[in-house]
Amino acid sequence: MRPLLLAVAFPAAMLAIWHFATVDRPGSLIPPPYEVWLELWDLAFGGINDDAYSKTLHIHLLASISRVYGGFALALIVALPLGMLIGRVPLVRQLLDPTIQILRPVPVTAWLPLAMIIFGLGPRSAFFLVFLGAFYPILVNTIFGVRSVEPRLFEAASMLGCSEPAQFFRVVLPAALPSIFTGMRLGLGFAWVVIVVGEMTGVQTGLGAIIMEARQLSRTEIVISGMIVIGAFGFLSDQLVMLIGRRLLAWSPSHG
Amino acid sequence: MAEAPIPILEMRNVGKTYSQNGRSIEALRGANLRVKKGEFICLIGASGCGKSTLLRMAAGFEAATHGDNLMWGMPISGPGPSRGMVFQDYGLFPWLNVRDNIGFGPRSRGRTKAEIRETSDRFIELVGLQNFADVYPHQLSGGMKQRVAIARVLANDAEVVLMDEPFGALDAMTRERLQDELVDIWSRTGLTVLFVTHSIEEAIFLADRVVVMSPGPGRIDNEYLIDLSRPRDIASPEFNEWRRLLSSQLHSHHGRKAG
Repeated sequence: MRPLLLAVAFPAAMLAIWHFATVDRPGSLIPPPYEVWLELWDLAFGGINDDAYSKTLHIHLLASISRVYGGFALALIVALPLGMLIGRVPLVRQLLDPTIQILRPVPVTAWLPLAMIIFGLGPRSAFFLVFLGAFYPILVNTIFGVRSVEPRLFEAASMLGCSEPAQFFRVVLPAALPSIFTGMRLGLGFAWVVIVVGEMTGVQTGLGAIIMEARQLSRTEIVISGMIVIGAFGFLSDQLVMLIGRRLLAWSPSHG
Repeated sequence: MAEAPIPILEMRNVGKTYSQNGRSIEALRGANLRVKKGEFICLIGASGCGKSTLLRMAAGFEAATHGDNLMWGMPISGPGPSRGMVFQDYGLFPWLNVRDNIGFGPRSRGRTKAEIRETSDRFIELVGLQNFADVYPHQLSGGMKQRVAIARVLANDAEVVLMDEPFGALDAMTRERLQDELVDIWSRTGLTVLFVTHSIEEAIFLADRVVVMSPGPGRIDNEYLIDLSRPRDIASPEFNEWRRLLSSQLHSHHGRKAG
């Protein structure tokens, strides 16, 4: 009970400050919490404002979620095998690692203009940014995980008759799984960060798109509503990954 | 000697030199060893005497710089299931439970699910871990982990079991129990065991033959056939005589090294 109370106390205080700082001030650019709550309700279920945004939340949410998970899935499919190869095969590491190390510090958002030229204005650029945002954390953590597998385990596997190619699946992958999971968690978190930037230009639907559009219309309550929804779903998707991780890593003393 | 049967393991004039930071270190020089099938051999000596190097070459983890390592007269070219290794740090797969760790070898060799299950259950029973079959290694004590490591090698039909100070990290009570169990398993299965230790008592308790090694560079000094009847009593006068003899052997090297 006490942890719950403590966890709630801080946001409650913030909410109170927000309320008293904005309520009954016609000139305030920031709407009070209650108005945001009404807007959020209207976005989700309609029946309050009955404007162009009423009851449209599910469309935007679905668009963003599909881009986040689509880009994330693609990043996983590419980064996982690539990371295992870079971590385990010296030739691949020498060939690719320097390039990756140089490209990695470039902020994902700096790719946006280039992405728009290559992939055109629209959702495909957003998809690409999400992919890139999730790609690096998964790749880097997979490489780290693969490289820190205890050499003893390879000796054990080979004296038990497990061939070197088979060790990829029976030793490297399971041994690196805790690191890979950390990378997936970071990558998914990053995907949610990047989606908003990706959807801010030339995209019609998506949470990033309505936040940007509402900003131009000075509908700050919609902006804040969008932020809340992103926060909530980012949190939920992180919880989901953690849940899967706990089941898969029950063997690991630091996870299970 | 020429008519003797082919030994299960044979090392002929084996030497090993590592190079480290441009310096070369001679870990082993001119080692000759013939191991008969079913023999229990202990390698003993101070650190740096090359006993672990010898064992790792028998396993096929390392190649000799000079000489030949042979199994049934054929060169050892790499690790394989016929020579199972038990490490001091266990080397268990942490993501597999006890049953699957023991089933790892049979699975690598393409056995069916039912066969793997049957084999692993049989060896779980052999080492007395029936109640821990579904437990992960991090939940086991050191002694239990080492039981799993032994069962894992036996379940894979190893003919030779190579043990690198396997009980060195265990407390005295557990250590004695595992020594008893090992002798019991060995006498029932007809395994060949090559066992590295730095404990004189352990070597005399376990071995048919004790091979004494000394460092700088690592080499084999002497071999002793331990003719004590089994089960051995570590408090008996004969046991103590052996202890005194081997102890003076080992300490004379220490003295020589210090001087």
